[in-house]
Amino acid sequence: MKTAPAPAFDLQRVRSDFPILSSVLHATGDRPGVPLAYLDNAATTQRPRQVIRAITDTYEQHYANVHRGIHWLSDQSTDLYEEARSKVQQFIGASTREEIIFTHGTTESINLVARSWGDANLKAGDEILLTELEHHSNIVPWQQAAARTGASVRFLPITDDGLLNLDALDELLTPRTRIVAVAAVSNVLGTVNPIEEIVARAHAAGALVLVDAAQSVPHQHTDVQAWGADFVVFSGHKMLGPTGVGVLYGRRELLEAMPPFLGGGSMIERVTTAGFEPAELPAKFEAGTPPIVSAIGLGAAIDYLNQIGIEAIHAHERQLCEQAHEVLSTVPGLRFLGPPPERKSGIVSFVMEGVHAHDIAQLLDRQGIAVRAGHHCAMPLHKRLKVNASTRASFYFYNTPAEVERLGTGLAEIKQFFSRKKRTAQ
Amino acid sequence: MPIEDELYQERILDHYEEPFHRGQCPAATHAHEDENPLCGDVVRVELAIEPDGTIRDAYFSGDGCCISQASASMLIERVNGKPVEEVKAFSGQDMLQLFGAKLTPNRQKCCLLAWRALQSAVYSPLPAAPLPASPRSDPADELLRG
Repeated sequence: MKTAPAPAFDLQRVRSDFPILSSVLHATGDRPGVPLAYLDNAATTQRPRQVIRAITDTYEQHYANVHRGIHWLSDQSTDLYEEARSKVQQFIGASTREEIIFTHGTTESINLVARSWGDANLKAGDEILLTELEHHSNIVPWQQAAARTGASVRFLPITDDGLLNLDALDELLTPRTRIVAVAAVSNVLGTVNPIEEIVARAHAAGALVLVDAAQSVPHQHTDVQAWGADFVVFSGHKMLGPTGVGVLYGRRELLEAMPPFLGGGSMIERVTTAGFEPAELPAKFEAGTPPIVSAIGLGAAIDYLNQIGIEAIHAHERQLCEQAHEVLSTVPGLRFLGPPPERKSGIVSFVMEGVHAHDIAQLLDRQGIAVRAGHHCAMPLHKRLKVNASTRASFYFYNTPAEVERLGTGLAEIKQFFSRKKRTAQ
Repeated sequence: MPIEDELYQERILDHYEEPFHRGQCPAATHAHEDENPLCGDVVRVELAIEPDGTIRDAYFSGDGCCISQASASMLIERVNGKPVEEVKAFSGQDMLQLFGAKLTPNRQKCCLLAWRALQSAVYSPLPAAPLPASPRSDPADELLRG
């Protein structure tokens, strides 16, 4: 086995920033337990001390409601919250702060666009174009929008090796296509989709593009203006941040033309008994008390990612992905889902002949290895791939080549365990 | 490191790898298929019930994890040849007990899949159920039903 080049950062030092990564699982009276190998980062990542400290510091020293109190703490809290917005803006290359809306997650961000933009702009006969590799959160809100407006939902197919079939794009992009909603990176296959090209072709056909960047922003450099995307959505908890905060980036003129989504405090300029006047951006889309501390935590997470460098993060994850393909391809009966490593992010999904994904995940867990098993909120994709369930290992920059080796060894043992003849022969 | 696990004990693996009555039930009179969308497990139960209410033959087919398929095999073995009334009285708790190994709530769903399919199957006569005395139905029909 060739050894991968060392990452451009001190891996052991980085790992020591994440208290949970030194967990030892399943220790009993007579057994010492096994060290955690956390390979479920596409579901959610872990947090470094720096982010946890930013959260506790806020609660202990700076916390009050934002944009309301005429008092010192409220000013502090507001400053930190707005500073987090600026950090997000810079991290994804948005041109103005007002284009960054804090939501509670990717799912809410997509629902916001499907509701606000969708209800105002979609009508019977219009088409919404999705792809076969979308997460349920980028399917269901559009199915709901279609049901409300009479629009229809169409799907761009994938090829057998898990790439978007762009040859079908011209046929599916019709004068009735109003919006294309596509993942930048598939949460199951890891496929990195050519967003710039899709945006250019969609725009040429007169359609807007929403990019589900939940699996890309944490792992690779993002420039929403280079993409040319109209909306970009992602979550804080998949990039070291707290749960309960997400982002909607929207081009300013689109957001300004859209009606508010949720109604309540903060999103209004003034309210009378006769009606209301919405606030300016971004407050217009941030009704109620926003996820203040989570947003501040996300800001701290971005600081941490910037300190390591997103390019170095990306390079290390690619190494782990390549190594995983190499190691896992020696496991008998294992079949990868999706394209080869050079077309992927740090996500490796597979099926094993004769062993169900849940059994794999359960037995890997006994060895301290955390992976995801099931359909990963992508049932249409699994149907297309003709598999009921798959197992997914997903990496982040704090994962090590040794953990990938453990995954390979664990899978080989499981395969052997389920080979009846071998067991009885022992 | 050897795999030692209550969940994957020999008795359960035996049922998973050498299941009891896995396949199509000859002259089935009742059948039901159920699935667990969370994990994609599928179990179909086919029964040949005599006019006197005895389950002459019980079979299952399906696809899924060790728990769902082993529990199906155990259940089918248990109810094969039993009166249908006894099967109706067989509770989910009885099923978990029959399975034996301790299960987390998520895996309990796997274990109860075949039991759910069976409980529906006893109330689901097949539209063209052949009379007990009639010759075996056309395999093509069975394929269509499967």
